[in-house]
Amino acid sequence: MLSTILWLPLAVGLVGFMLPKRLVGAWALLGSVGSLVLAIALVAGFDGASGALQESVSDSWIPDLGVRYELGVDGLSVFMVLLTSILWTASILWSAFAHPDRARNYFFMLAVGQTAALGAFMAQDLLLFVLFFDLMLIPFYFLIGGWGTGDRIRATIKMIVFTLVGSLLMLVAAIATAVLSSDAAGGLTFSLEALRQVPLEDGSQYWIFCFFALAFLVKMPAFLVHGWMPDAYRAAPLPVLVLLSGVLSKVGAYGFLRVVIPLFPDASIHFQELMMIIAVASIVYGSIMAFTQTNVRLIAGYSSVAQLGFITLGIFSLRPDGGDGAVIQMFNHGLVVAAVLFVIAILYERSETEDIREMGGLAQRAPVLAILFVIVTMATLAIPGSANFVGEFFILTGAFESKVALALIASVGIALAAFYALRMYQRTMHNRLPAGMVSREITLREGAVLVPLVGCIVALAFYPGLITTRGEVSVERSLASLEEPETVAQR
Amino acid sequence: MSLLSLAQTVTNFEAPDVDYAALSPAIALTVGLVIVLAAGVIGPRGNRWLSSGLTLLTLAITAGLLIWRLGEPDAEIIAGALGVDGLSITIALMCVVAAAFVVPLQLRDVAAEEAGFGESHALLLGSVLGMLLLAEAQNLITFFIALELLSIPLYVLCGSHRIRGSSLESGLKYLIIGSLGSATLLYGMAFIYGGSGATDFDAIAAGIGTDLADDPLILIGIALCAVGLAFKVSVAPFHQWTPDVYEGAPTPITSFMAVATKAAAFAVFARFFIVALGPSVDQWQPALAALAAISIIVGNVGALGQDSLKRLLGYSGVAQAGYILVGLLVATEEGVSAMVFYLAAYTIMNLAAFAVIAVRERETPFGDDIESVQGLGRDRPALAWPLTIAMLALAGLPGTAGFMGKLFLIESSVGGDYTWLGVMIVIGSMISLAYYLRVISAIWMRPAPQLAPAIAGASPDAHGAFHAGDGSSREDREDRPRPSGPVLAGRALRGGPSGGRCSLVVGATIIAAAATIVFGIAPSPLVDFAENAGSSIVEMVGQVGQTG
Repeated sequence: MLSTILWLPLAVGLVGFMLPKRLVGAWALLGSVGSLVLAIALVAGFDGASGALQESVSDSWIPDLGVRYELGVDGLSVFMVLLTSILWTASILWSAFAHPDRARNYFFMLAVGQTAALGAFMAQDLLLFVLFFDLMLIPFYFLIGGWGTGDRIRATIKMIVFTLVGSLLMLVAAIATAVLSSDAAGGLTFSLEALRQVPLEDGSQYWIFCFFALAFLVKMPAFLVHGWMPDAYRAAPLPVLVLLSGVLSKVGAYGFLRVVIPLFPDASIHFQELMMIIAVASIVYGSIMAFTQTNVRLIAGYSSVAQLGFITLGIFSLRPDGGDGAVIQMFNHGLVVAAVLFVIAILYERSETEDIREMGGLAQRAPVLAILFVIVTMATLAIPGSANFVGEFFILTGAFESKVALALIASVGIALAAFYALRMYQRTMHNRLPAGMVSREITLREGAVLVPLVGCIVALAFYPGLITTRGEVSVERSLASLEEPETVAQR
Repeated sequence: MSLLSLAQTVTNFEAPDVDYAALSPAIALTVGLVIVLAAGVIGPRGNRWLSSGLTLLTLAITAGLLIWRLGEPDAEIIAGALGVDGLSITIALMCVVAAAFVVPLQLRDVAAEEAGFGESHALLLGSVLGMLLLAEAQNLITFFIALELLSIPLYVLCGSHRIRGSSLESGLKYLIIGSLGSATLLYGMAFIYGGSGATDFDAIAAGIGTDLADDPLILIGIALCAVGLAFKVSVAPFHQWTPDVYEGAPTPITSFMAVATKAAAFAVFARFFIVALGPSVDQWQPALAALAAISIIVGNVGALGQDSLKRLLGYSGVAQAGYILVGLLVATEEGVSAMVFYLAAYTIMNLAAFAVIAVRERETPFGDDIESVQGLGRDRPALAWPLTIAMLALAGLPGTAGFMGKLFLIESSVGGDYTWLGVMIVIGSMISLAYYLRVISAIWMRPAPQLAPAIAGASPDAHGAFHAGDGSSREDREDRPRPSGPVLAGRALRGGPSGGRCSLVVGATIIAAAATIVFGIAPSPLVDFAENAGSSIVEMVGQVGQTG
């Protein structure tokens, strides 16, 4: 089951090379819908009460290094798989109508990206995870460089250098983890389950933690290592940006829960404060930047920095509440940011600009679009009743339980979110219609992408328990390895 | 009078001293060399197809014999002067594959045509024979003779494009620097012989102690040998010849030199240092580690500003030599396996890259300049994909054999207590991305340049911000000899840039690129192949331990 979901997009992409150009988009869409259906079936068949891995696959891959082809999903990853499938379907749907230049390559790259992202969420072998994590970058390099706008080559080089600095160091760290624990584990193994049984000694944990944390923070991106983000956000084609912002950034957060905390519990406790400070700095910095930017893409980008800051804060509260909040927020943010970016794409088609100072008045003739956008905006600012509210509430509960001062500062971020989200809505939809801008109602094609996304957001607002109940067992399992050292310290 | 039956008669021959079966690959190569040379007299400049066919046949027979020997037990032949074992056979196979790849590249090569196909291919086979013997050498004498047998044909081949100044320059430079390296090596061998009183590798190991502080003879010998071998595998700071020679030599020869010479030299490097100098591992290990680190940095930084693709790959080869040296210097079974794995991966990915460069040299007037691949993604996807895959693999991105190779190297460095070298490999890969991605962005993200005769006056705005920082290097480029005047005229005589005639090369390129991907996803066959080498080294060291 998991292998099918994982490799289906790649297979579809490869077959796409043999099809006539006109059909490639439709074929890719068909494939992505297929994997979405499989992902929904996966979630439906998921046993929420058990924290163990489900649908596990385990085959020998590189026996000499003890690397295995191990896949599995638990409460942490099953919704990430769903999110990946949803957003890829949306993105391919949008692209298929847009008829991109060199369509076969375009959809092939999208397919490689989907397989890589799904692989990163499913992998239960450390090296397999690192491999997929690195692989994700390649298609996005080509997509931004080949189909982007503006100074795309500089943007791609910057993105690659930033992200690979992190992820290649992660490769060394992963190998070091396996080699250093090979004596205790009885042979070289990269299996996450086996590695968590034999924690490393503190000194090794510390530097390995730093390498992993750097890779994940860059991917998010977090404050201080976000330098690639503005250029990449400006240059990326919008359907690609949806994936970059909606899915790829989550892999970093997911990596903390899947790899870092279970494998390096002592280091996680040791660096907890530092990570929370980075998280809070990301929240404050991202919110303020989002409030001052005039480019809609950058508003979305910096708001992502802030939202990912919240997620990191929840994870490194090292409390079950915070972790739960992070898991639901990862899903929420993926949906919401995707919706925001598609709205931006719709706005661009009406105004030919991405500067909010030159927009306005769209709501006059486009009430449906305005309503959809207002729902998305409300979700962004985590208004009570939205699923984001649930997520941020849990995160802050966790944060208050562990570090009150930092939690207080983080709470300010929620207020700031209201500022930037409402400002963007107001400047684009209200006020007077400027010259050169056409107020046009949402088209069928735009609606086909946006309405289901908004539908998901609304549905989740009514029933956030869908994720939280399934996530919490796994979060507790992920945090379980923290408890042993704590009890040792208390004794 | 098929060669196979000849080889079989040789196999059946019973002789007390020489194990002809184990020697058969070398015999096949020698016989093939003579036949190819003799067949070269047919036609004014040798018969293109006959000569290529005979060369490929020779290489195929040699490869067959080598694969057969891989299954047989290890053998020491000619009184222990040559050792036929996992290490030598795997490396020799790589060299044979590289040579077989070069033959179709030479089919339409101007240099091979001018020098005569018979002579060209005979020299190529001679060099392969040198590589085969070098990989088998376990005696200072055979070591040196094989090294010269490898090098001298290459000096000639580098200069074989006689009407181009840069080719002659390349040949001469390689001759002088190569001789310097050989002389240094020979000097070092003399010291080691003086200190240990033996020329056989295992006897040397028995003759030298573990503590060399009171043995300056051996210490100097080791240092000189390391320098001499560093010249041959182009490890920094002994690499200065590499970019110039690579750039000047005819591209098929460059590709052969880049991969096969490196493989053979690394084989003897490993055998000499791990077996013969094994007892003094603590003395040479830190020195080689420093060389590896310097090489990784110098190679990768040097490649950054290069506009000539061959120079770029030359510098990248220096960096890759640094990576490979890491596998060697940890002196473990995993290390040698990783080294051989990486050499194999390096062979296929570099061959793919060089083949594309060779094809584009013939199709465009831009020579090996990066402009020659601009817009390739739109115009020639069959060439663009292999080059892209080769670049991604050289950079070590996942899903390619290059990633797997780096993985094994890093694993062996961490296992051998050289974690910092593992980090160096990674830092090197990061720097390398800057130039590999530059090539990829030229392929996919830039429009094809206007095919105007005035190359030097290419419009500056077409390069945009990307070239903004390296104005100086563009000026340097003007001084470089460019393939102009007579070369273009020569091409024009043969009907101008040849488009469809390179289909054989394109096919070979696609195979190499596909292999890069396949071994990146399912590395097990190549791992098993490389482990032959690792286990044979361990066996040799074990035998030395018993006798010594």
